[in-house]
Amino acid sequence: MADTEKEVLLEVKDLEVTYGTGRKKYRAVNRANFTIYKGETFGLVGESGSGKTTIGRAIMRIIPTSGGQILYKGQQINGKISRELDRKVIKEIQMIFQDPQSSLNERAKVSYIVGEGLMNVRPDLTPAQREEKVRQALLDVGLLPEFASRFPHEFSGGQRQRIGIARALIVEPDFIIADEPISALDMSIRAQVLNLLRHLQQQRGITYLFIAHDLSVMRYISDRIAVIHKGDIVELADAEELIAHPIHPYTRSLLSAIPMPSPRRERGKQLLIYDPSIHHYDTNPPAWRQLRDRHWVLCNEAEAKQWME
Amino acid sequence: MENQTPILSARNLHICFNLRGRVLHAIRGIDLDLYKGEVLAIVGESGSGKSVFTKSFMGLLDANGSITEGTIDYFGADDGKPVRLSALKKEKDWLKIRGREIAMIMQDPMTSLNPLKTIGDQIAEAVEIHQHLKGRAAREKVLEYLRDVGIPDPETRAKQYPHEFSGGMRQRVVIAIAVACSPQILICDEPTTALDVTIQAQILELLKEMRVKYKLTIVLITHDLGVVANIADRVAVMYAGDIVEIGTADEIYYDPRHPYTWALLSSMPQMGVKGEDLFNIQGTPPNLFAEVQGDAFAPRNPKALKIDFVKRPPYFEVSPTHKAKTWLLDPRAPKVEPPAVVQRLREEGI
Repeated sequence: MADTEKEVLLEVKDLEVTYGTGRKKYRAVNRANFTIYKGETFGLVGESGSGKTTIGRAIMRIIPTSGGQILYKGQQINGKISRELDRKVIKEIQMIFQDPQSSLNERAKVSYIVGEGLMNVRPDLTPAQREEKVRQALLDVGLLPEFASRFPHEFSGGQRQRIGIARALIVEPDFIIADEPISALDMSIRAQVLNLLRHLQQQRGITYLFIAHDLSVMRYISDRIAVIHKGDIVELADAEELIAHPIHPYTRSLLSAIPMPSPRRERGKQLLIYDPSIHHYDTNPPAWRQLRDRHWVLCNEAEAKQWME
Repeated sequence: MENQTPILSARNLHICFNLRGRVLHAIRGIDLDLYKGEVLAIVGESGSGKSVFTKSFMGLLDANGSITEGTIDYFGADDGKPVRLSALKKEKDWLKIRGREIAMIMQDPMTSLNPLKTIGDQIAEAVEIHQHLKGRAAREKVLEYLRDVGIPDPETRAKQYPHEFSGGMRQRVVIAIAVACSPQILICDEPTTALDVTIQAQILELLKEMRVKYKLTIVLITHDLGVVANIADRVAVMYAGDIVEIGTADEIYYDPRHPYTWALLSSMPQMGVKGEDLFNIQGTPPNLFAEVQGDAFAPRNPKALKIDFVKRPPYFEVSPTHKAKTWLLDPRAPKVEPPAVVQRLREEGI
């Protein structure tokens, strides 16, 4: 499918996010550019401190941006926006968090945790209708409606993560930002949650921004993947393309580190370590270049030549 | 594994916890020989008892837990006399084992270091207690260990505090402290779970180097079968307080026999085919407060046999190094094909 045929849901242009002020300023995200199409799963991979969560939060309007634009359905949603648009964004963009232990209010019952968003977004509903919606949301994520009257501590990690997903789903969002939704879960539970997210996407056409540090999960779940390193998006391509033909040395090092369940392959494994000092960006600054079909890399001319050989 | 001298043996080990009057049967009769110089990976879900099992080697069970049956013997002591770990009661006796004979690395390098002491002091503490070095000699030794675990510029780093180190570097420091006790056995409890993928691979490399340099026997606990393929000589799969399958790494990955091992391998996202569902294990692990009937995995196994619900399977030997507790290996059992992912892996192994 050509890019032009797909409907753009979210566009990030030259996004910059800085923390702190004056001399203590720290640039967490540096000129990030990407587009997310409707109905796809867009993966954002990077190690801790790379700024991947910051991007997610900037889109959610939790963190103020310091430069660039975020366009949602063609409208700018960063910076000062009208109240109406703010409400719309809150309703249509939801988030799933990493740690199901700390992201649920320990003192609230599941019915409140899941239904809270509705009070804000759908004030027209009666309590009975709201309760019905909560029941439905719990069923959708594979939990029993009876769970509504329980407290979070009564659930296992996988169930808690499902509660978190139900909470995001209940306001019928178009776009979900999933920030490491499975890294705190056990192996067998991971599969359950990944399957659930995929099914929900198929049924409702939800678009995901999937943030993780693990490329192996990304390969499975994402349509396109962006790799971010220290605030710079260094490579962006279709998932299969990126795995088969990684160009940027950082992506290569990430790929080389994926643990595979195969002792023979692992024994012959060559671990590539990325050394940022190979770049000479003070004299020859990098730019965002398309080196292969739908495959973008941050590099300067000399590197482009060298890496493509 | 040519010369297999056991350094630690558990025989019919049962561990129970008392929780408000109720008894939780956490370990249900484990037999295990740990061989000198090997890397044994213990794989299982949370709650399978893998941490409890290894903590019992060091007398670190919580106060409400105890070994109710069976024995643990340690054969690595300097004087060559076996030590019956399961019979040790006094804290004084345990201090001879902890650190000196068996050391442990915890999952979270953020919480296992003292934030108020410099890195150098924390390693020096281990050096002073276990190697009886003092002053300058101890400091020299500390720098040597820091160099060994790959920390650049050790002179400066030794004077820094844990908060000045990144997660991977902290885990390296924890490893340095552990080897500074010069133990025989190093137990690593999820050493890489809290780390980034690239750092994780580097820490595993480091463990491999340390194993050769300090002649360590390593027990690696993890819930991720992918992580250990690289480093493990043998893999033990734990489920509901029991080792359900054990074998060399090649045997477990390329020729697994227990349905639970199949399920674990098939649910890995690495093995997933895009656009298809990942295999997922239905249900939850059994309630260990109640007595488990038959094969503990049977209720979650869609292809379970009738006998699985009635009688607990014994070990069936697949090869001298490979055994599994499943009735599928009984000669009378029907032939059940392993799932597609397992067959794909098997082809890779040939």
